[in-house]
Amino acid sequence: MSDAHAAAGALAARALLWIVLAGAGAMLATAVLSLPEDGLGLADETLADLGRTGVEHPVTAVLMNYRAYDTLLEMAVLFLALVGVWSMAEARPRPTAPPGLVLQFLTQLLVPFLILFAGYLLWAGAHEPGGAFQAGAVLAAAGVLVTLSGAQLPSVPRALHRSLLLLGLVTFAAAGVAVQLGGGAFLEFPPSAAKALILAIEAAAGISIGLGLVAIFEGGRPSEPESAPR
Amino acid sequence: MSALTLLLDALLAGTLVWVAARALAAAELVTGIALFIAFGLLMTIVWVRLSAPDVALAEAGIGTGLTGALLFAALARLRRAGAPDNRGENGDE
Amino acid sequence: MTGAELYALTGIALFVIGLHGLIRYAHLMRKILALNVTGAGVFLVVAALAERGQDGTPDPVPQALVITGIVVAVAATGLALVLMLRVASATGRAELPDPRSE
Repeated sequence: MSDAHAAAGALAARALLWIVLAGAGAMLATAVLSLPEDGLGLADETLADLGRTGVEHPVTAVLMNYRAYDTLLEMAVLFLALVGVWSMAEARPRPTAPPGLVLQFLTQLLVPFLILFAGYLLWAGAHEPGGAFQAGAVLAAAGVLVTLSGAQLPSVPRALHRSLLLLGLVTFAAAGVAVQLGGGAFLEFPPSAAKALILAIEAAAGISIGLGLVAIFEGGRPSEPESAPR
Repeated sequence: MSALTLLLDALLAGTLVWVAARALAAAELVTGIALFIAFGLLMTIVWVRLSAPDVALAEAGIGTGLTGALLFAALARLRRAGAPDNRGENGDE
Repeated sequence: MTGAELYALTGIALFVIGLHGLIRYAHLMRKILALNVTGAGVFLVVAALAERGQDGTPDPVPQALVITGIVVAVAATGLALVLMLRVASATGRAELPDPRSE
């Protein structure tokens, strides 16, 4: 009796949900379709000043120069997410059982290429699709493979690991402040130095993004077996 | 834009929406995550169709590869912790 | 209808599907998946509008915004998954309490 009642109620709730969602979707669709055909894009403005950004690829120019603020804060978001993950849990233990032969072989084969490819993407970002985020993602893929394969890595000092995680954010902010001290605005890279600055920032950011994503993948702060209570 | 490319676009868009719906409604979470990764790969093709190769690279590497690894790792941990995959009205479609 | 408009509408469809999953399913992992589908829909609308009405050269600004968004989405997903595991270890189930069952 009350079961049938509850079922009818659930059905009504589901129908209501779809009606509301369909209405919202229809409203959004109308809004998108009624936008003027030649919207006020920023493509022309982006291309007009491309020569002064230090890179030739428009998307990289937007990410690293025009809207460098966004990218700086994005590095901060990534770092904050990592802080959140570390504050909540300890990393799961690395697999101790030997991995399958296929995984082991593929890891040995792929990781060097992935690192090389990350370097290529970083360099290519200046004039074609690529850049710090893509390079960082490829680095992270290599790191995840190594983590999963249970390979015994030489232990990195904790301070070094943490410095590398912060490297991108610090380099980015330092470059921004440096150009400010040189008389410009924060993150306003002078055209003459922009290429070198952006490449340095991208290299640092790529390393931090890669390591940061691996650290998030590990799901918690690194466990410290030998640490004594302080 | 020729009619044929528009047809292919429509096919791709339809597949995208269908895979997304199946991923969310899958009875098993493992299936859902696997379909979500397929969804990410389809998104990568869409980015190329929208002439955004940079976004395609980011989607393939970060959006699909890493998110998939994160989701599977979290699911494995969830199962080890003994939490059930399904309960109540999950996955009954 | 142009290809860009088609993909913008697809993005809206994904947004709606994701929102539905977010409301409908109790399991937190499903909510996280749904949130990612919602985000993908938003990215698709933004990037499709960047393509629309331009002849040949898509607007790089929205594309850069989408790349930023993808990275932020992954960071948020990683954090959300850890939170989910925390809820699961505290309550024994990866769900938020259902107000109707109390």
